Amino acid sequence: MDSQLIAWAFAALQTLAFIAAAPLLAGWLQRVKCHMQNRAGPSVWQPYRDLSKLVGKKMVLAHNASWLFRATPYIVFGAMLLAATVVPFIVVQVPTAAIADVIVLVGFFALARFFTALAGLDIGTAFGGMGASREMMVSALAEPAMLMVVFTLSMTAHTTNLSVATDYILEAGLLLRPSFVFALLALAMVAVAEASRIPVDNPATHLELTMLHEAMILEYGGRHLALIEWASQIKLMIYSVLIIDFAFPWGIADQFSVRALALGVVAVTAKLMLLAVVLVVWETVLAKMRLFRVPQFLGFAFMLSVLAMLTHVMLEGAN
Amino acid sequence: MIENPLFLIYIAVLCTLLSGAVSVLAVQRHPDYLHFGSFLFLFFSGAASFAAGAWALLANRTVTDRFDMGLPWLAWHVRIDPLSGFFLILLGTLVLAVSLYGPSYTREFGRGPSTQPLPPLGIFTALFILGMQGLLIADDALVFMIFWEMMSLAGYFLVVYQHQHAANRDAAFLYLLLAHVGALVILLSFGVLAAFGGGLTFEQMRVAKLSPLWATIGFACAFIGFGTKSGMVPLHVWLPEAHPVAPSHISALMSGAMIKMGIYGMVRVIFDLIGDVQWEWGMVVLIIGTASSVLGVLYALMQHDLKRLLAYHSIENIGIILMGLGMAMIFLGSGHKLLGTLGLIAALYHTLNHALFKALLFLGAGSVLYRTHAHDLDHMGGLIHRMPVTAFFFLVGCVAISALPPFNGFVSEWLTFQTALQSTALENGLLRSTIPFAAALLALTGALAAACFVKAFGIAFLGKARTRRVELAREAPVGMLGGMGLLALLCLLLGVFPSTVIQIMAPITQMLVHAALPSATAQGWLWLTPVSAQVASYSAPFVLVAIFLVFGLGYLFLKRGTDPARRTEPWDCGFGGLTPRMQYTSTAFSQPIRRVFQGVWKVEEHIDALASPGPLARVTSLHYSVHTHDWSWLWCYVPIGRLVLAAANRIGFIQTGNIHTYLKFSFVTLLVFLWIVS
Repeated sequence: MDSQLIAWAFAALQTLAFIAAAPLLAGWLQRVKCHMQNRAGPSVWQPYRDLSKLVGKKMVLAHNASWLFRATPYIVFGAMLLAATVVPFIVVQVPTAAIADVIVLVGFFALARFFTALAGLDIGTAFGGMGASREMMVSALAEPAMLMVVFTLSMTAHTTNLSVATDYILEAGLLLRPSFVFALLALAMVAVAEASRIPVDNPATHLELTMLHEAMILEYGGRHLALIEWASQIKLMIYSVLIIDFAFPWGIADQFSVRALALGVVAVTAKLMLLAVVLVVWETVLAKMRLFRVPQFLGFAFMLSVLAMLTHVMLEGAN
Repeated sequence: MIENPLFLIYIAVLCTLLSGAVSVLAVQRHPDYLHFGSFLFLFFSGAASFAAGAWALLANRTVTDRFDMGLPWLAWHVRIDPLSGFFLILLGTLVLAVSLYGPSYTREFGRGPSTQPLPPLGIFTALFILGMQGLLIADDALVFMIFWEMMSLAGYFLVVYQHQHAANRDAAFLYLLLAHVGALVILLSFGVLAAFGGGLTFEQMRVAKLSPLWATIGFACAFIGFGTKSGMVPLHVWLPEAHPVAPSHISALMSGAMIKMGIYGMVRVIFDLIGDVQWEWGMVVLIIGTASSVLGVLYALMQHDLKRLLAYHSIENIGIILMGLGMAMIFLGSGHKLLGTLGLIAALYHTLNHALFKALLFLGAGSVLYRTHAHDLDHMGGLIHRMPVTAFFFLVGCVAISALPPFNGFVSEWLTFQTALQSTALENGLLRSTIPFAAALLALTGALAAACFVKAFGIAFLGKARTRRVELAREAPVGMLGGMGLLALLCLLLGVFPSTVIQIMAPITQMLVHAALPSATAQGWLWLTPVSAQVASYSAPFVLVAIFLVFGLGYLFLKRGTDPARRTEPWDCGFGGLTPRMQYTSTAFSQPIRRVFQGVWKVEEHIDALASPGPLARVTSLHYSVHTHDWSWLWCYVPIGRLVLAAANRIGFIQTGNIHTYLKFSFVTLLVFLWIVS
């Protein structure tokens, strides 16, 4: 019973560390990006300053804002918080992973998106409607691809529990599965779309016609905006950690000893930093694509994920 | 006195009959007989159905009875068992909600521009419900078909209730036509079973030994017949026409309960009466189910009439239920009993869930209709300010139907996904790759459904009012809110305590496939673990608690002690003068999806621009219209209709209009029959 308690306590701590570190990843991303583009970047701590500034601001709401508009930031943040509790971050055995498997994780993202889109429509301006409409289109195409990736993984690992699945990959060792290569590529493309990054969306823009996610939350300010910003930083981090867990989980702690935990922290930090650099290179060499090119991009991701699943059924069916 | 659940059902049937009888008195000057008398009896009827169903299911009781009525050699057999108990619970709940909702809603028909005679509404509502109650306890094909027809025919009169509009009459005719085609095919299916069983009772059919070919024919007839009633693609065309034009509380019963009777029939005939399912049947059901769900939601996205949109979503959800049933048949047919049970539970759970949230949404749409008389989403807007409670309940329905945690729609879709993931257990490589692909399409369906309900809720309830009538709308009356509140509460409860629900459902699968799902509830009420705790788990109570926790912490650390928010104008790019007409419309909202999936619909887009004459032409007026048509209508039904008309023309020459000719025909026919008989 005691070891159970420790595991739960550690899972809670890990979640806190996860959401606390999310703005840092965003800061690091921003800094590397500025460096890459020969600009003088802000400090990596800048997102924390932004968040605290937003929290301190007095609230301003549009005339037409209803209770739904006010409740949405909390629902979005709650969904992301729940999603963060189930992802193995520093240690692989998280008992909280039993609360929600990877399909429920996709459900949490859908919940957050549903309410964000509604909040976009609440004020009654064209921007909100535009953002909501486009975001729902993109997500409708991204979700099947994501689920196919998830299916491939869980058919291999015989589980949809993220903790057990990661453990399985860890145990299996360095085994090159063709299905995983395709699935990983598909997952990366979906992650780019879902986390509102270039080439699907541009998080830095404030030009109305190029925005998806930003258009929906245009009317938010103060602590509401802080929660939403923080939630999207957590979402980016969740996708990054998912990619790490699926593809390169080695280094993650599989016991609660100080040494293993320290190694786990160092490993995940290094991997996240590296992944951020890859993302920066990707965002720097690519331009944002037209909205109606996005279906092709996501269609490609879906085909890759179908290929991954078929490869699994055909080639790896035996194990 | 009340010894078994059947007695409760008799009481329910009696109350339904009384409800119909009382409404006869509800002539123009005494509408209260309908508003209070009729609906009061319906309330008792719903409560008794619910109680009977709960008794049969919880106590795992099977009770049979027979009446010597009608033809001397054909007694009527009735029986209540856990399966009919489950569907009686579903029906009883909806009847309860409708009986709370109805008294206020039907006032609409007692006065004002939409005045209608009230007695037919009460009588046919009672007959409609009586039909469903009767067919659920039927234990022979005769009783089943009698009540099935009663339900279908009463439904026709309810669809055509507001018969002044030609569109309603057309819709009702289409409904009647397809209901009868379906009933004929069901009759054929019973015919096959009765021929092998040597009698019309279900007991005889159960023990009948069918050859695989005849079993397949029986299955095909049952699937097509009951599928027509459920609205599966491509036999769905009547549904989006008929459901929206009925009064809203009837739409709720139709989409919530009537189309579920098709599912009941399928489960009863295929799993209970035929028994030995073959996996090839499951494949057909899975493919039709997947097609229904994807096409249903894509067509729903193009609708801007709120009730029509909801009707198309019924097709989608029937598709999801069929996917569950199909997978159950595949697994059972390949000898995986536990996984088959899982699929069956997923399908039945979704049946119950869909009944609840679809009825809730139709009642919500009815409340909007009652207060604003607006059918079209593009005439609504901002109702969350005017009708806050209705908006809240409608939102619950939207979240539930979009399969978002922690509501009930998510649980059953999650179970369907989990069933699909177990396809690795199958030996057949084709099945192993088809099932996950179908599941990916289910994911697409879920995401599109979420898009559609963002549209429905967002355009109707959020933003600013688009018409004056909507701007001045008031909250719906208490009774109507009560009906919706009951359903909304159940949507939440069924979402948060899935393990308990599955435990209660155990006798059904025990009866049908002689297996239960002990693993699902092995970890207690907090955890849902369909296969095992290692494979997958979900804990809805945790999710609910976590969301409340975030609200609590947010209040404590962020909101408490801060100044109230200042209200100001929204961002308008500095131009000023935002009007409600600048908001996104429902057509605009779904435009990206229309473009991505073009080809699924036949889209007719017209832009009429009127330019002023002169050397520098300026556009003076601009009119845009877009219509989407159903391909299945153009490809299947229009050719069949033409064929029938052409055939009728050919045969027309024997219609001379002369009485002597007709007498000759009768005489010849009689002679031919006598010759055949002798």
